Amino acid sequence: MNPFDALGFGPRGWGAALLQGALMTLLVATVGLLIGAAIGALVAGSKLSHGRLPQAFGDAYTAIFRGVPELLVVYFVYFGSSALLTSLGHAVGYAGFLGAPAFLAGALAVGVISGAYQGELYRGAFLAIAKGELEAARACGMGPWLQFRRIVAPQVVRFALPGLNNLWQVALKDSSLISVTGVAEIMRVSQVAAGSTRPPFTFYIAGGALYLLLTVFSNRVFEFAEARARVSRRAGT
Amino acid sequence: MDGAFLASTFRRLLAALPLTLEVWALSVTLGGLVALALTWARASGIKPLELFARGYVFVFRGAPLLVQLFVVYYGLASFPAVRASIFWPFLREAFYCAVLSLALCTAAYQSEIFRMALGAIPPGQIEAARACGMSRLTLFQRVIFPIALRQALPAYATELISMTKATALVSLVTLWDVLSVALKIRNDTLVTYTPLLVAGAIYFVVNYLIARAFVALEYWLSPHLRGRPAAAKVADVL
Repeated sequence: MNPFDALGFGPRGWGAALLQGALMTLLVATVGLLIGAAIGALVAGSKLSHGRLPQAFGDAYTAIFRGVPELLVVYFVYFGSSALLTSLGHAVGYAGFLGAPAFLAGALAVGVISGAYQGELYRGAFLAIAKGELEAARACGMGPWLQFRRIVAPQVVRFALPGLNNLWQVALKDSSLISVTGVAEIMRVSQVAAGSTRPPFTFYIAGGALYLLLTVFSNRVFEFAEARARVSRRAGT
Repeated sequence: MDGAFLASTFRRLLAALPLTLEVWALSVTLGGLVALALTWARASGIKPLELFARGYVFVFRGAPLLVQLFVVYYGLASFPAVRASIFWPFLREAFYCAVLSLALCTAAYQSEIFRMALGAIPPGQIEAARACGMSRLTLFQRVIFPIALRQALPAYATELISMTKATALVSLVTLWDVLSVALKIRNDTLVTYTPLLVAGAIYFVVNYLIARAFVALEYWLSPHLRGRPAAAKVADVL
């Protein structure tokens, strides 16, 4: 089959399926990044706190999830959540096997990994805030929540944006691993297409090209966001 | 979780570790050599070479490693020309396909690390060395290489650790590495957590040792910085 028919939108073409796969990749990576942001904020908070126990938790979390293979985390979250659901099912009297929804398990896995890196990112961004600003805020009588909203959060976002761009690309690439759980994202669609239509080379190259397109496109978005975040700096520095 | 099962799982996974380490060592070394060539091409000042190196880095860092692995393992084999070539005895083996694709991928990351390290050398140091009359070789040996090496170390440690993690992907092309043995044990015994946890612990220990080795190396290579508060810690790379 010639590549144009194989990748086209005709009855035997995989073009539409691949584009749907690209949307699924975007969705998994986005949900993963958001889950990772919540975990990352928690990890950064633990690491910055003065308690021994939270600090140990933060350090252990980053070390473990940066130290084991991403694919292993994907399998662990997928099989683990299915086993957990099944045993919960047994507890309420359901005897069969309960599989975790592959999409949620996949996004959770991407988020669990991303959380370790985002934790480090937010910690670094927080430490980059000038100490005098926090002191000034306290001297003005701002409470912790107001301080967080007006002083900490805006600056953490600004300092963390370039790093977040990197982590977004990582999440995009990590999302390819959840093809092993059967979620129909780019990688999985390429695999299915390659399995049923020859030659496989065309489909894997097309899949790779789609990832590159997503990378280029999201780079633009982040460049725009970074420019926006710098707005308040233009006058002063 | 009983002790005998844990012990036998641990033994079987440990027996698969040599394959994981072999893939790691071969692809890191091969990738390092390709990276040196790319770094040279990028700094050569010859436009087509420079463009090629940039394109290479963009493609191999932008696309997921899994795609690259499948292009090499399933994709290349579908061309009759590849099957007829002298590389076929290698490319038909999953092991060499895995090493090749991991090496090509890490080459892109490693060349970026080398490029940044070269860029971090203060121009004044090179000017001073030239003013002292150092030859190009002496300049490289005494000024450029030692400074670039120290600059590259932390990022290089991180890259080596990502490569350990990347070797887990070879379980998807029929190789019996630590992860695939763990998945086989899970499949045979229907025990969900133990095999994957033990496998994770093995990968973690390997990466911890890499991080430790790099911290020691950095300490050894930076006698002039010792005693400063910002000494490297394992937590910086892991």
